[in-house]
Amino acid sequence: MRNVVFGYGISRPRAIDMDNNDLRKSRDIIAEMPELQACIGCGSCTASCTAGNLTDFNFRKLHTAVRRGEYKGVYAELSKCMLCGKCRLVCPRGINTRGLVMLIKRKLGDF
Amino acid sequence: MAYRVVVVGGGAAGMQTAIELKSRGIEPIIVERDIELGGKARGWYKLFPTFTHAREVIGPLAQQVKDMHIRCFYGQEVTQIAPDGVTLRSEERIPADAVVVATGFTLFDAHRKQEYGYGLYDNVITSVDLERMMIGGRVTLADGSEPKRIAILHCVGSRDEKVGQKHCSKVCCITGVKQAIELKEMYPTADVFNFYMDIRMFGPGYEELYREAQERYNVHFVRGRISEAAETINKRIQIKAEDTLTGRPLRMTVDMLVLLVGMSANYDNVKLAASAGLALAPNGYFKARDAFLGVVRSEREGIFFAGTATAPKSLADTLAEASLTASAVDAYLKEKFNIE
Amino acid sequence: MSRRASWQEYQKDIAADRYYYARSCIRQNFFPGSEWAFLDILSNRLGIDIYDDPLHTSCTGIGYHSDVVPLETIMTVVARQFSLMAEAGYENFVSSCITSFGIYNEVLATWEEFPETEERTRRYLREATGRELVKPRSIAHTSDIIFYQREAIARKAKHRLINRHTGEPLRVVEHIGCHYAKIFPKSGIGGSEFPYVLAGMIEAWGGDVVDYPERRHCCGFGFRNYLVQANRGSSIANSHKKLESMAPYKPDFIVANCPGCAMFLDKWQYTIAEMDGMAYGADGKGIPVLTYEEMAGLVLGYDPWQLGMQFHQVDVEPLLDKLGVEYDPGAKYLGADGKYIGKPADAAINCPSQRPIYERRK
Repeated sequence: MRNVVFGYGISRPRAIDMDNNDLRKSRDIIAEMPELQACIGCGSCTASCTAGNLTDFNFRKLHTAVRRGEYKGVYAELSKCMLCGKCRLVCPRGINTRGLVMLIKRKLGDF
Repeated sequence: MAYRVVVVGGGAAGMQTAIELKSRGIEPIIVERDIELGGKARGWYKLFPTFTHAREVIGPLAQQVKDMHIRCFYGQEVTQIAPDGVTLRSEERIPADAVVVATGFTLFDAHRKQEYGYGLYDNVITSVDLERMMIGGRVTLADGSEPKRIAILHCVGSRDEKVGQKHCSKVCCITGVKQAIELKEMYPTADVFNFYMDIRMFGPGYEELYREAQERYNVHFVRGRISEAAETINKRIQIKAEDTLTGRPLRMTVDMLVLLVGMSANYDNVKLAASAGLALAPNGYFKARDAFLGVVRSEREGIFFAGTATAPKSLADTLAEASLTASAVDAYLKEKFNIE
Repeated sequence: MSRRASWQEYQKDIAADRYYYARSCIRQNFFPGSEWAFLDILSNRLGIDIYDDPLHTSCTGIGYHSDVVPLETIMTVVARQFSLMAEAGYENFVSSCITSFGIYNEVLATWEEFPETEERTRRYLREATGRELVKPRSIAHTSDIIFYQREAIARKAKHRLINRHTGEPLRVVEHIGCHYAKIFPKSGIGGSEFPYVLAGMIEAWGGDVVDYPERRHCCGFGFRNYLVQANRGSSIANSHKKLESMAPYKPDFIVANCPGCAMFLDKWQYTIAEMDGMAYGADGKGIPVLTYEEMAGLVLGYDPWQLGMQFHQVDVEPLLDKLGVEYDPGAKYLGADGKYIGKPADAAINCPSQRPIYERRK
């Protein structure tokens, strides 16, 4: 193959690819904490988040992405959580959000 | 001699109104366009949120109409309405002392949302097609195989100015939840994804059912409207949406796409309203006299409404409203003819 | 066809004769044979009056979409084209370019919605050129005209879109330029979701239309997205997505009605092969990309080199063989005067010696 220098490559699609994402870990997490599916995306976890008010840490987006099989960078991102537990207090669906942080970290490992 | 009221439409609203009128000693006459009573609910399998069979609601109502010897005209279309009676397409006139418009709604024609390929792609179906399959006892793909991944799209023909449907059809959200649960009960290992814009759980027990769908049945809810559906080489359906809660486009291939079709106003509302000198709401439904104290009254004395002729409603709300209609008609007749 | 009958809801009035022709910047450079073929088919095969006016200019659409030509300027340029048409005694405007077609429709709609913009344009045109704006009676894209004449062309056909080795219809991917009907669905035959303008030609001439999942997706040209080198990655990614999506259907060729799309779907195949090692089409020779005039020309028995098909990145010879088109392989790189004009260097997509390197991905 000749090496032609084009100065650009084929951009990778940003779309969440539900056909090729590996959903096994996501299924595991949901199986262990079925109430996670009851999230209505209200954002009160993120609104009350100690870490989220100082960084771009967004717990609502993170666990939604995990449920879609998007794991990259999640472990590191979750390390921003200070485990203060405020999100669990405010969640209107009663999701154990604090426990969820630990559950996702445990299931994904340092992905 | 009993006063006579023509009820236009023999669906749930018309039947219930007629039954209530008859029990008040008034003589109702149902004029039904179809060859039997029951309306749209006849095409439904089970009803939200209790999973009651639709026939267990429609059947007894139709039986009661029969038992009470309420006169019914079948296969007759009303072309003109006035407070003193209606005119049929045959030009026959049925005189009356009051008229109830219980003409219902029209299902949104999913072909009009061309981007979803309904009618072109075998495995793109509507919520009504799904009910029909459930009545038939088996939900399958076009080739007879079992679906493993199903997407249900909310708001097809609702809240969509592109197809002239600005209103919310109200019942589709809960129908989507109900159908997702029914599919999961049929195929527990299948993945069901509901694509929604807002989830509007307005009735008793609805929110609870939504939660059950999420937590107990593991139905996936993705907030975002599917923008396009296309068929793949093996007859699956590729869909594109935004997962608005993560802010990223999302694409996936499903075996079956169910379009939750909304409720449109009947096309002939325009002519009927004109004949009666009535106004229509901007969305094409009949306009009630008042949003609080006159929901079943028209702007003309002697013409009343029941059910979805005025707006999308659930079957439960329709039945409740029909009783109110009968009581309003009764009060009107008493006042008009000065009965003690 | 059958189920795809929805196209009939979107029909438009297309004038039958007496057209004023507006050329495309890209096509004059990359597909000069196509514009020539269009004029030749209409004038000499179908006996239709079409005027090719040397006075008209670029519509400046590429500059407009790249934010270097202001709206007032392009409106005035468009107004000038229209007034030239009126001066030449024509009233049916036919645009060879999809971008221009979109712009003509958009400008006319803008004048309709905001009459003050039309007044302003009239003033500018008068001040700049002394001309008076006369609006056209009809606007069509050149593919609309070929669509309109598809049965007449079928009756004169020398070849049909049938693989003569197998007797099977050729599988054809049709690609419609975004600005054909996505801006105004009513401006295109068949609307925007299931356009019929090219599909109708393919069916009339014996081919099978391939409906693949990314059929409606943009080719990615996007003007700025291509013109700025740093953005080209997103431009090519869109063509890549389409090619990946159509590959399982093993199309015999692609036909496009937009100058940019035809160029990019063709030339990106080389780039993708170089970058990614992925070569589409049978034996990794690429999928030939035709303009609808080239397709019509082949059907009518035109010589492929006269149609300018040697300008293509992906070699068209395998397709010509399937169609049973007679051609002189040695004449491919001869100029109009019969002299050798030189040959492009071998490239990944069409160089036989390199083919084994570009095996299809597992």
